[in-house]
Amino acid sequence: MMTAQIKEFPGVGLRESDFEQRKVLYTEWVPNARYAWDAGVAIGRYLAELKEGRLIGVRCRHCRRTVIPPRVFCEWCFRPMDEWVPLPDTGTVNTFSLCYVTWDMRRLTEPEIPAVIDIDGTHPPVGILHLLGEVEPQAVQIGMRVQAVWKPPEERTGSILDIRYFRPVREG
Amino acid sequence: MTRKVAIVGIGYTGCRPLTAEVSYKELVYEAAVKAYEDAGLDPRRDVDSFVTVAEDFIEGTSIFDEYTPDQLGGMLKPNVTIPGEGIHGLATAYLQIASGLVDVVVVEAHSKASNVLTLPHITAYAMDPVYNRPLQANPIFIAGMEMNRYMWATGATQEQCAQVVVKNKRCALYNPTAAYGANLEIDDVLAAEMVAYPLGRQEISPHADGAVVLVLAAGEVAESLTDLPIWIRGIGWCNDAPSLETRGWGRAIYAEGAGKMAYQMAGIRNPMEEIDFAELDDTYAYKELQHLEALGFCQFGEAGILTAEGVTEPGGALPVNVSGGNLGCGHLLDAAGLRAVVEVVLQLRGEAGSHQLPDVETGLAFGWRGLPSTSGAVVILSN
Ligand SMILES: [Zn+2]
Repeated sequence: MMTAQIKEFPGVGLRESDFEQRKVLYTEWVPNARYAWDAGVAIGRYLAELKEGRLIGVRCRHCRRTVIPPRVFCEWCFRPMDEWVPLPDTGTVNTFSLCYVTWDMRRLTEPEIPAVIDIDGTHPPVGILHLLGEVEPQAVQIGMRVQAVWKPPEERTGSILDIRYFRPVREG
Repeated sequence: MTRKVAIVGIGYTGCRPLTAEVSYKELVYEAAVKAYEDAGLDPRRDVDSFVTVAEDFIEGTSIFDEYTPDQLGGMLKPNVTIPGEGIHGLATAYLQIASGLVDVVVVEAHSKASNVLTLPHITAYAMDPVYNRPLQANPIFIAGMEMNRYMWATGATQEQCAQVVVKNKRCALYNPTAAYGANLEIDDVLAAEMVAYPLGRQEISPHADGAVVLVLAAGEVAESLTDLPIWIRGIGWCNDAPSLETRGWGRAIYAEGAGKMAYQMAGIRNPMEEIDFAELDDTYAYKELQHLEALGFCQFGEAGILTAEGVTEPGGALPVNVSGGNLGCGHLLDAAGLRAVVEVVLQLRGEAGSHQLPDVETGLAFGWRGLPSTSGAVVILSN
């Protein structure tokens, strides 16, 4: 039956106030779910290098890829990676978005600019996900050259937040 | 007409209390590399499909199935993740082959229990949010209530339950991959602190980290790969009523149902005669007794007596948990059942080293999903 043809819906509709006033079944439980993930070899080295203000990747001699973030095995070839490769903190915007809501759903007038930045020296180009800064949202373009802006050494903790954001490279 | 299916490769890391040196991906990769070497396969070329058993709340990542392909060599291939006991995953892999869909399937499960800082809270979150959770009781009381009713119904004693701990932890001393081997006496077990009456501290299997990867293949493929395929003769799984109000407290009804399904498939009428040894869930010591009875190795109420008589010792008529079980190896969460399967495969191949049983042809592995579940899965394997 078409909804438009129903004059009176069966049952009792619920309003938000019914929940607020607990007129309906109401139960509340805050999950206590805490974890301490072992970073292991690859992520551990990545984070340690970030703390020193450096990016590091890995190379597979078999498929000749150089990738970041590092991993101990090549997921294409299923063999151990061959070597650590220090990489520069510059790259190219692969893709980006202008995001007008925060992760907890607040509206923003000035958008956040998450971007995948293909890091120079990776092959074929692969990127890390980060934010762009010091740039007008409307000026951001795919293919734009950017560089990491690091926190001062005493503020770094071994986290991707040791990079504040990437900003456009002012060339020449 | 379903096809025959065999286990043709096993890879596993040791069970360890902590594995701080590796990430979960690195842990699984280690097990996977070993499994492919054992099977003589290249996962990128030869494996058709991948099954992972994992639970988001344990991993600490929602949609954990997105994270499984890389460390198994499963990128760009069919992958599926199911929550359940590890042997549920084995059943899923079995069905993919038996149905004729694919020829070679990998199944993986792992534990990074050491990384879950609030494991009892995660277990509590599995309880019914309306009927049970508001009581805010540590779910370990469920095991205490079950053990209490079981002992009341069967006449099994605290000493008989303690004997399971003594046996399994002593067996673990002969298994180089076990984390919690110990030479205890019954009095040591009985003197341990009470956790949830009548369940004491030593009767609770401690958690461990570890990973297990198995390679399954269709009959003709299996025979071309190895001289020692380990055949899946029967597989079954079953759930009792989950409600704490209406479940069967004394009997492990889920294990009875799972066993019935697997025995029918394998054509087994008398498990005690036709099965040489078993790896049975012993998450809590009394569970081994419950599962022995539920799987038809003896009558309800006889398992404690058989245990006291030594029937389930490595030299007895039915060795049970010669690996050390969960009590001796450490509990690998959802990978616990696959760890038991690894032990059965090693025994049937004659590769169990210093704890090898003589002349074994058929073994059984049973996994229970853990508190507060009434869910279990079983597999019967033959060489
Ligand atoms: Zn490669």
